[in-house]
Amino acid sequence: MNTLRFNLNGRWVEEPNVAPTTTLLRYLRDVRGLTGTKEGCAEGDCGACSVAVVENGPDGRPHYRAINACLVLLPMVQGKHVVTVEALKSGEYHPAQQAMAAALGSQCGYCTPGIVMSLFEATYREDLKAPWQLDDQLCGNLCRCTGYRPIRDAATAVAGSCPKDSFSAALPESKPGSMAFHHEENGQLFATPTSFDELWSVLDEHPDARFVVGGTDLSLEITKRFQVPPKLVSLEGLHELHTLKEGPTHLLGSAVTISELEDFTATRLPPVHRMVRYFASRQIKHRGTIGGNLCTASPIGDLAPVLVSLGATAVLRSRQGERRVLLEDFFTGYRKTALQLRELLVGVEVPALAPATRASAYKVSKRRELDISAVSAGLLVEVNSQNVVTLARLAFGGMAATTKRATNAEQALVGHPWSEATVDAAAKAITKDFTPMSDHRGSAPYRALVAANLLRGFFDETSVTPQPRLAPGHAATVLTAEEVRRG
Amino acid sequence: MAEPTSPLRQPLLHESGLKHTTGEARYVDDWPTPPGLLVAQVVVSPLAHAKLKGVDTRAALQVKGVVAVLTAKDVPGTNDVGPVIHDEELFAHDTVRFLGQSIAVVVGESYEACRAGVAAVKIDLEPLPTVLTIDQAIEQKSFLSTNHRLTRGDSKAALAKAPVRFQGEVITGGQDHFYLETQCTLAIPEEGPALRLLSSTQHPSEVQTIVAHVLGWGRHQLVVEVPRMGGGFGGKETQAAPYAAMAALAAVKTGRPVKVWLNRDQDMMWTGKRHPFKTRFDVGFSTDGQLLALEAELFADAGFSTDLSRAILDRALFHMDNGYFIPDVTVTGHLAKTNLPSNTAFRGFGGPQGMAVIEDIMSRAAERLGLEPSELRRKNFYGAAPRNVTPFWQEVKDCRLERLFSELLASSEYTRRKAEVESFNASHRHAKRGIAITPVKFGISFTTSFLNQAGAFVVVYADGSVQLNHGGTEMGQGLHTKMLAVCAHELGVPADRIRVMTTATDKVPNTSATAASSGSDLNGMAVQHAAVTLRERLRPIAAKLLGAPADSAKDVVFENGRVFLPSQPTKTVAFEKVTQDAYLSQISLSATGYYRTPDIHFDKATGRGKPFHYFAYGAAVSEVEVSGLTGEHRLRRVDLLSDVGASLVPSIDKGQVEGAFIQGWGWLTCEEVRFDEKGFLRTHSPDTYKIPAFGDAPVDFRVALLEHAPQDGTIHGSKAVGEPPLMLALSTVAALRHAVSAFGKKGREVVLPMPCTPETVLFAIEAAKAL
Repeated sequence: MNTLRFNLNGRWVEEPNVAPTTTLLRYLRDVRGLTGTKEGCAEGDCGACSVAVVENGPDGRPHYRAINACLVLLPMVQGKHVVTVEALKSGEYHPAQQAMAAALGSQCGYCTPGIVMSLFEATYREDLKAPWQLDDQLCGNLCRCTGYRPIRDAATAVAGSCPKDSFSAALPESKPGSMAFHHEENGQLFATPTSFDELWSVLDEHPDARFVVGGTDLSLEITKRFQVPPKLVSLEGLHELHTLKEGPTHLLGSAVTISELEDFTATRLPPVHRMVRYFASRQIKHRGTIGGNLCTASPIGDLAPVLVSLGATAVLRSRQGERRVLLEDFFTGYRKTALQLRELLVGVEVPALAPATRASAYKVSKRRELDISAVSAGLLVEVNSQNVVTLARLAFGGMAATTKRATNAEQALVGHPWSEATVDAAAKAITKDFTPMSDHRGSAPYRALVAANLLRGFFDETSVTPQPRLAPGHAATVLTAEEVRRG
Repeated sequence: MAEPTSPLRQPLLHESGLKHTTGEARYVDDWPTPPGLLVAQVVVSPLAHAKLKGVDTRAALQVKGVVAVLTAKDVPGTNDVGPVIHDEELFAHDTVRFLGQSIAVVVGESYEACRAGVAAVKIDLEPLPTVLTIDQAIEQKSFLSTNHRLTRGDSKAALAKAPVRFQGEVITGGQDHFYLETQCTLAIPEEGPALRLLSSTQHPSEVQTIVAHVLGWGRHQLVVEVPRMGGGFGGKETQAAPYAAMAALAAVKTGRPVKVWLNRDQDMMWTGKRHPFKTRFDVGFSTDGQLLALEAELFADAGFSTDLSRAILDRALFHMDNGYFIPDVTVTGHLAKTNLPSNTAFRGFGGPQGMAVIEDIMSRAAERLGLEPSELRRKNFYGAAPRNVTPFWQEVKDCRLERLFSELLASSEYTRRKAEVESFNASHRHAKRGIAITPVKFGISFTTSFLNQAGAFVVVYADGSVQLNHGGTEMGQGLHTKMLAVCAHELGVPADRIRVMTTATDKVPNTSATAASSGSDLNGMAVQHAAVTLRERLRPIAAKLLGAPADSAKDVVFENGRVFLPSQPTKTVAFEKVTQDAYLSQISLSATGYYRTPDIHFDKATGRGKPFHYFAYGAAVSEVEVSGLTGEHRLRRVDLLSDVGASLVPSIDKGQVEGAFIQGWGWLTCEEVRFDEKGFLRTHSPDTYKIPAFGDAPVDFRVALLEHAPQDGTIHGSKAVGEPPLMLALSTVAALRHAVSAFGKKGREVVLPMPCTPETVLFAIEAAKAL
């Protein structure tokens, strides 16, 4: 039994009596009276609850990361430093606060503390260079009043300014400590093992425990359905699962966060990077993980289509050993995977992309940022020197109960010249591959038409460069040739 | 530059801006928990329409932590919360009329206990047939009110003669307010019996009235306070009251403080939204694009009860002309009664829905006639008599649209950019761009004329510091900042010597809602009145302290915390010296102010009158790029020019204009309210309901206020700003239509329902290609 212990606004706090399924937001407001952090939606879609937590970056150094306090359960900040909006003004207003007030970036002010915390992270980011990163930094914070222009002005003023102040000075001493945690009481379990041995023994005792890492999906059961999962085992403390290894086959650990994946794939796997750009929000990306996104096995999960198109393999492990499953076979049904009891996803292996391989990824949703796709696609085509298609992997999300390859369309491509006529025939064949459903994200006819059109757009884009990147200010998920050239 | 003589017209920061950024700014749910606080959860109907045969609360009362379960039977006064028409029960007693209607409230020590209590309440329901769409309501003649009508001339005859005549249908969708702070009221028992209510409402006086009605109390037993709101947008005008009434009732029943707070999903599922409209029109034009005649029939989805729907429908009819003179016109409106939450006020209050129709008609006419849309719009603006009379017979004086158009067409480089758009479209197959300019003319005043009144109460302490109370509420729009500027200007004291107080019904009574863009117009005049009264009382004291003769008192200048005579500007006395002396001289240092808008009236029976004190104007140019593969679009550049008269605080007004535009764009594009066939709201959280996000706002966003444009008969020549700019977003739909049309042949009419989601746009493109 360990006690919950973390650093809140510069002071260590211990909480032996707070239930481990308490969200950080409820804790801050109800236990600590820190009401600057707001509940706007309790699902990570509005950002009013944003706080900062210190995490190690890919450079091995600690950094402030904005996260949604509404989706974080207290043991997830075990051993970590948490900063809330109340701590920012120490005598003087923090630059993020000054910039927001000076720009009239607040009107009703309810979203403002969350926005200030996103700007707080941005203030100390050394990697914030491209304009799209500013959008990415703030797309997890909704504001209903301002129309965002003044917030953009405030963000531009402070982003990447890296002032030498008490917060930058505190960083080196704020490295996250051990996450080890074990709490068992009245049939409730929350365990964060730090070794596989520990994990296996917890699982031996609690074979019915559920895995959690970032909690960005699972916590919704608590915050939206008001159901408390009785037994949770966090995999966040298992060092090996955080591995990112470059090679002829890249290894992406299952506990790697989406923001770490974003950095890793920028040069190595452009299609993944492109998909990750519109994956949720910065706050969610800091907590959401590869494993979480794949293991929920949602048909509208963002990573599955692109990873399937790249020919990824899932690496599974249990006490009995390891096995490998082609990722497309990992999804066995609606929200079902090939994982067996007491087995976990260690990571995915993704073959490095040959420079000439045409590959891209698309996500079509009602809103560009922080939305769930109506249709998503990971498309990969290899063409030989005679311009004949030798390999096609066309994986779609939102079109069936699982992420699924469009085999009819693939057959219409392979062995044929890579031409507009072939692509058009393949696009038409997609109607044979899927019987999509109609819901509030899109009607069946819309989904079918978009899926076909994405293939047409893919042909256009890859005629300029085989692995096109998103261009600044692009109008849609599919780029025009001009935009590809610009990007 | 000389030191400004008052904060008026200065680029002030938001009065609470810094407090917002630190988390110090307090909203109702942030209030320190009073001892003994109880919380609540509402038991609601799981069906859209049913007979309520019984409610059994016995098991719920046995749940640990549950303190009380209250139903219709527990209401000591009247079980009604309807603000105008009394057709809305606080708790359903024999019939439930929408999925989410309140049946009971469970009050307990914690939310967990309350939720367990809710689960234990047994409700016996017998399903009844439902009406869930405007079409079903028309078919089943399910109406709350019909035949609201405005008419002038002979539209039938004029249509018959029109060289170009066409008919069509225009659909606009609902919109959730999505204020970031959801509905919340904290009720605290006081000696009396009496209650103090902290409520997130735009209309504290109505909360007071309705709570008194429900409790069977006098209004003097209640004080309603509004510290600030985390956004309102109309959604907290009437719809805060039911949940405030539950908190009040529970506090009286238990004798303990009670908080009723809705979480996001509850707020979205249970409270009303912007009214969806369906309009059928028949319009006549000359071949050169002169609007000749219009007949239109509007159907608004009011939901299960009347709420403010009659006035909203009226305002839609009042804005069917937008800025265009229609020689012969008849517009009729009906309120569909459906088994859905009761739709309510939302920024624009029906105006946007009416305006969307005429702007759609103008776009369609330009498409059919092959005319430049900006020219077609321009040639139909109101002008000199006889082209200056609205369908409700009010004369349009000082129409500023021609000036706005010519300035904005030039500053936005519309002509050059339009040519660029055409050349882009000629060279791109899968992407097309569109550009359009649209006008806004919006009537200012509550159309229920008696509501146009306001009060203020200004208190000066002997040390020269000031407390300012006024009847308006602060929901982010910057009203307090403006009122502070008005007060500081009249008293000649620095802004930091004035504290704007929490809006409270015991300071300024019998107020109107902070709504209809009227906050600054009405309260500004009242604040000015109170401040001037105090200043005039101080003049003789000031003159005496300056050693000037008594008859020079009228010349004393109050500025920057000092008083002086213009003849001797270096000889000054501090304001606090004047107030100290006034106190010692036994002069009253508090004063009320009051204002009512003069000379407005409207006769509903004849559809004639002068409902508006004046019109606010604006114009917008939007440029979009649309993907022909997915239907997604991006705003490439937006130029707005708004007529806010002589702005009281330009920095605040600019924020209102920008924010309203983006909110309007959301309504017209990405925000889609979807109910399923059971009347269940599928889009009940930001997971499925998408308001504009950071990256949606155009990076090239140029916003300007019309210069040198003071308005007669308003506070310091300013004009209302809250709602009018929302309708500038109609330019984005006109621009989308331009882009969609570029996928097809010229001279064809585009059919594009709103909201223009990627799906709607893609199918419009497919239709354009097929023609």
